[in-house]
Amino acid sequence: MPAKTYVQTTINGEHVDFLCEPRQSLLECLRDVIGLTGSKEGCNDGNCGACTVVLDGRIVTSCLVLGVEVEGREITTIEGVACGSTLHPVQTAFLENAALQCGICTPGFIVASKVLLEQNPDPTEHEIRFWLANNLCRCTGYDKIVRAVQDAAVKMREAEV
Amino acid sequence: MKWIDYARTCSVQEAVDLLKEGNARPLAGGTDILVNLRVRRFDIDTLVDVKDIPELNEITCDPSEGLTLGAAVPCYSIYTNEAVCAAYPGLIDSASLIGGTQIQGRASIGGNLCNAAPSADAVPALIALGAVANVAGPGGTRQVAVEDFCTAPGQTVLEEGELLVSLHMPPPAKGSGAQYMRFIPRNEMDIAVAGAGVSVEIDNGTFKSARIALASVAPTPLFVREAGDSLVGQPVNEESVRAASAIARDAAKPITDMRGTKEYRMHLCEVLTRRGLNIAIERAKENK
Repeated sequence: MPAKTYVQTTINGEHVDFLCEPRQSLLECLRDVIGLTGSKEGCNDGNCGACTVVLDGRIVTSCLVLGVEVEGREITTIEGVACGSTLHPVQTAFLENAALQCGICTPGFIVASKVLLEQNPDPTEHEIRFWLANNLCRCTGYDKIVRAVQDAAVKMREAEV
Repeated sequence: MKWIDYARTCSVQEAVDLLKEGNARPLAGGTDILVNLRVRRFDIDTLVDVKDIPELNEITCDPSEGLTLGAAVPCYSIYTNEAVCAAYPGLIDSASLIGGTQIQGRASIGGNLCNAAPSADAVPALIALGAVANVAGPGGTRQVAVEDFCTAPGQTVLEEGELLVSLHMPPPAKGSGAQYMRFIPRNEMDIAVAGAGVSVEIDNGTFKSARIALASVAPTPLFVREAGDSLVGQPVNEESVRAASAIARDAAKPITDMRGTKEYRMHLCEVLTRRGLNIAIERAKENK
């Protein structure tokens, strides 16, 4: 069996190193090698967005990134969204607006929404829906999710003032 | 997925040397190839990561030289580039509708071309814009017109060891405009039932040149040269636009599948070409 590859990277602000096979996706490395199981596997082909993470400032589906590709890069996963025991405003808004049922899609939606609001503090409903088009939810029907993102946007703008 | 080796390369030469060893493919955004490898649509021995090669990351938009777009530049970097947005709105139409936000952060226009899907959303726009592919290989470099690049579903003119380095588009002429439009049954994240990329150059109310290409209606993205040529010398009006759209419809060779019937797709080609031409004409009027 060929050798595994040694990868050094930064995850949620901390230096992390791990060994992986070149064929393993970043999602597999996060969940099965590093033990960060917050990112979920839905479709494993880039359609559902449940495995969304931030890679060097851009959201990507971690099932379509290889673990070996993240050498020297910076990753934020759902585990890095809250600050200690203080939830991020997007997380609070998802809870308060009941924007989840089964919860499998929720980490992906929260990571994607957080990056949207960092780039665009006052998105229209249209902009929210298009930004989140790569995240699928089979329970809520999206309205509550969109309302949660709008609510988080208001709270984050108020906190800025 | 079977075991693969992974090699990160920093120069075109290094990538070509690895690719010519055989059974290797370049890795840019990976949004097609990783899916294909996972479902074992084909197997390879080595993935050659080309994202660190400077030439494949280039975006140079020059008013006199045109646009050089590195083959690995992700869609996100294209539609957030103000100069490209201003000069090539037809390309931006494509770059901003391939996949969703996460896919656009990784997927490249070069990869869309090399994946050679009949439904590739970027390719009709590239053809309409007269794009040329810069290819490097063991025997040196060569240029291929994008309309000649795809040869069959999933197949291209690239030979073993060859790498798509960049795409070059000429500078937009004064009085020119382009557009890409597809039909899908939902708002986002779907594969084109049919698509049309068009460009026009207008001088004093008359078409000086025009190019029209179609998606999802043939084994490869389809350049309909005669549809564009029919407009040359014609006045810019509804009649000439309708005639060119009918030629595009008649050139389409679609199949009936789960996304649409042959008849429906041919109808779509006419409608999309007509609407696309009308938008391109408006863009040409603004581009003085």
